[in-house]
Amino acid sequence: MTVHALHVFAAYAASALGIGGLALWVIAQGRARQRSLRALEALGGRRAAR
Amino acid sequence: MSEATQTAAQVASVRPSGLTALANPARFLALSARLLPWLTGVALLVLAAGLFLAFRAPPDYQQGVTVRIMYVHVPFAWLSMLCYSLMAASALGVLVWRHPLAEVAIRAAAPIGAVFTALTLLTGSIWGKPMWGTWWVWDARLTSVFVLFLMYLGLIALFRALDGSGRGARAAAVMVLVGFLNIPIIKFSVDWWNTLHQPASVMRLDGPTIHGSMLWPLLVCALGFTLLFLALHLGAMRNEIFRRRIETLRRMAALNAERAGGRGVEARA
Repeated sequence: MTVHALHVFAAYAASALGIGGLALWVIAQGRARQRSLRALEALGGRRAAR
Repeated sequence: MSEATQTAAQVASVRPSGLTALANPARFLALSARLLPWLTGVALLVLAAGLFLAFRAPPDYQQGVTVRIMYVHVPFAWLSMLCYSLMAASALGVLVWRHPLAEVAIRAAAPIGAVFTALTLLTGSIWGKPMWGTWWVWDARLTSVFVLFLMYLGLIALFRALDGSGRGARAAAVMVLVGFLNIPIIKFSVDWWNTLHQPASVMRLDGPTIHGSMLWPLLVCALGFTLLFLALHLGAMRNEIFRRRIETLRRMAALNAERAGGRGVEARA
């Protein structure tokens, strides 16, 4: 592998990691927040029923 | 028909449209939930096609295969500026129209813009070493993009420090608008100053200077990354709305617990 090809590989690997990491962060954050929201809504519903 | 009934009928007949309709977070969540899978799917397909074309494009007569870095570096650079422009437009939405989703859009865009700007700097640096013989120079283009990256980080820190009140949102919107001055500086830095970074070769008044065999893959990659950016932003906006709802519910739960505690003390007394 030439030095130029190595640089191309490094640029694409960094891009894939950056964009992939960002996408995973957005998805994970969304799932965690939806879970918290459902738990809080359920708690509120139980309190209202009491 | 009485005047009051007529007015009620008129009000009922006025359907919210466009941005007004999206001012309702519940409506935005329902619409974005339907749109997001399609947007992500189309973005990935276009991006795959763009990268396929990029690797089939001929190597440059001077740069060799290193020119392939351009197919990711240039879209990242465009999107880092587009993201900030979107934040500035949303800042106007906060200050002028007080649109409820405008602040959500700013807060959601900041981390995405920071990542795109970091990737612009990183891929540019990886390209610069074999082409310029150096990873970094403090020329006007590189420095102004680095300033953009610092601005994103500063805004993320500011949003974390703010209490979420209307006044805090307006202060952040003013900061975003002030920072927008850097966008034309980035764009025209290569014309205004003597820089190592080459001048614009696509967005020029006299047309692009890149050969079609390289221009088309670049444009398809740019479209793919733009669609991906929009999908990420939509997802991040949904997350921000969820965060606000969680905060409100937690506050209400704490208030209810406090009231119940107060009643308990009164009953014992």
